[in-house]
Amino acid sequence: MDPQNTTAIRRSPAAWLPERLGLKRGGLALQIAARIGSGLLVLWAAVTLSFVSLQLAPGDIVSLLIGEQLRTPEVEATIRAEWGLDAPLPLQYLSYLSRILHGDFGRSYILQTDVTGLVLSQMLPTLKLTAAALVVALVFAVASAVSTAGRRVPRAIAGALELTLVSTPSFWLGILLLFVFSFTLKLFPVSGDRSFSALVLPALALGLSLGAVVGQVLREGLERALEEPFALTVRSWGTSDLVLRLRHCLRHAALPAVTLTGWLVGNLLSGAVITESVFGRPGLGRVTVEAVLGHDLPVVLAVAILSAFVYVALSTLVDVLYLLLDPRLRDESRETGR
Amino acid sequence: MSAVPTTLARRGVRFRRALHGLLARPGLWLASLFLLFVAVATLWPGLLSSADPLAADPLQAQLPPSAEHWFGTDHLGRDVFSRVAHGARYSILIGVSAVAIGSIVGSALGLLAGLSRGLVDEAISRFLDVVSSFPDLLLALVLISFTGPGTLNLIFALGVAFVPRFARVVRAQTFVIARSGYVEQARTFGLTPTVLVLRHILPHALAQVPILATIGLGSAIISAAGLSFLGMGPQPPAPEWGAMLAEARNYLRVAWWIGVWPGVAITLTVISISILGRRWQASFEGRRAR
Repeated sequence: MDPQNTTAIRRSPAAWLPERLGLKRGGLALQIAARIGSGLLVLWAAVTLSFVSLQLAPGDIVSLLIGEQLRTPEVEATIRAEWGLDAPLPLQYLSYLSRILHGDFGRSYILQTDVTGLVLSQMLPTLKLTAAALVVALVFAVASAVSTAGRRVPRAIAGALELTLVSTPSFWLGILLLFVFSFTLKLFPVSGDRSFSALVLPALALGLSLGAVVGQVLREGLERALEEPFALTVRSWGTSDLVLRLRHCLRHAALPAVTLTGWLVGNLLSGAVITESVFGRPGLGRVTVEAVLGHDLPVVLAVAILSAFVYVALSTLVDVLYLLLDPRLRDESRETGR
Repeated sequence: MSAVPTTLARRGVRFRRALHGLLARPGLWLASLFLLFVAVATLWPGLLSSADPLAADPLQAQLPPSAEHWFGTDHLGRDVFSRVAHGARYSILIGVSAVAIGSIVGSALGLLAGLSRGLVDEAISRFLDVVSSFPDLLLALVLISFTGPGTLNLIFALGVAFVPRFARVVRAQTFVIARSGYVEQARTFGLTPTVLVLRHILPHALAQVPILATIGLGSAIISAAGLSFLGMGPQPPAPEWGAMLAEARNYLRVAWWIGVWPGVAITLTVISISILGRRWQASFEGRRAR
């Protein structure tokens, strides 16, 4: 959530176990396995944290789970049975773990439904929104970085634009877009998720400020690549500047930007919570906001664990891809592992 | 040694250089000027606007901006300029308090981890890994679902979400400094661990924290406004900027000005903070490199 400062972006949780086990010298397969292992450990700890927070929160667990639903002896008995609250604590924990492993996130006592089913049914609109916003962010980042890197005046203009976009709350950008394009020009629908055109404004509102962050990182990388000797070689072939940037330099610049993937998707998912409510779209974000306001903890915890899963899975994947794509990383870790 | 006069002289040069830099950069100037305004609005909003931000007047509802109401009036006839000016107190104070919690708790955890090493360090670092595998905004939402909405709960939730980034930086710094040559040397002088930590490690390990806090303040203000927009923060009729935008969303068709000014206030504040923060960071890193 800190677009102002890319240095604050956290390192991958998958990098930790290999370091601990002294696996820097080990084979590739072992390194990959260790990375996946540490990702799984972080996830297990996240699930455990959610269990512990339920236990430690003030008030008894039944009233936490029940939210603002009326508390009757029957409901209480169902909750006690479903969560096995009469069993000793370690047993409760084990059954909580096994339920989540089986994809069972319990029941929402407010909505009277199965949480897993609810989350799955609301997933599609949110995935559509985040995918569209991701496209917006990447297109903006690449266009802005490629067209302005290394050029003084355009660079300053793009820098100012990016600073403004990063500093604009996405929900306000959404409100402005709504006012201009929906209410005044009547080009796009005001709310809902019925057609493709209903996706355009929300994707812009969510994607632009994230694209500005990626653009900054990408431009820095491009400028470094443009100063490399290989860029001079390519220029000497008589290649046009655009081709040099797109075909030869962009892939060098893309590597540092790829590390942002986990951060980017995490922000897209949590940003969707706000964007969906600006545009009155259905989806996980809407469900989350209603669950938080109504103290519907089973739903909130399910969404949180799901997003931690997505974050850990993606950053582990990026880590493994790095190892596969860039042999230097393996060599480097061998050197520093002395 | 005559250390005092030279530092004073250097400080004078540095001050003159800073002043010169300020004049050469209009962005820095404007940002400082705007933040001064925001500071006045935060501490003494009555100075900027005498109108009552909560006084509804149905006869004056939804008036466009005019000489009398600079930013127009909202759906209840409240003066929007006055509400934006009084709203600074909520938005700025929530942001500042959240960053204060995050930086204090984060620095303490980072120092503890960096100094203790071993099992304590391992436990703290793993804990931070787990906490930061939830996106910040979502972590804040989870905490609010336990505590319920409200201004104090929002500050607490955001503050906790800000802990890991401070803890990471301070831990890494402490780690490096505690092993550096001058600390080793100081140890050979027979200094007690307390003196060693307080006088020689602490100042350097924490040197970056104020800069990180300044830069983090911008995103704290944006997140706070976003959560208030969702109804998790100050409750109506409090003139918080995010909450005002949530109300304005319903009146966009008829009164655009309600939905514009609070957003302008947030964006300009965050831009100004970023400009100052980045400048500070650059000069900090530049001095270190030399």
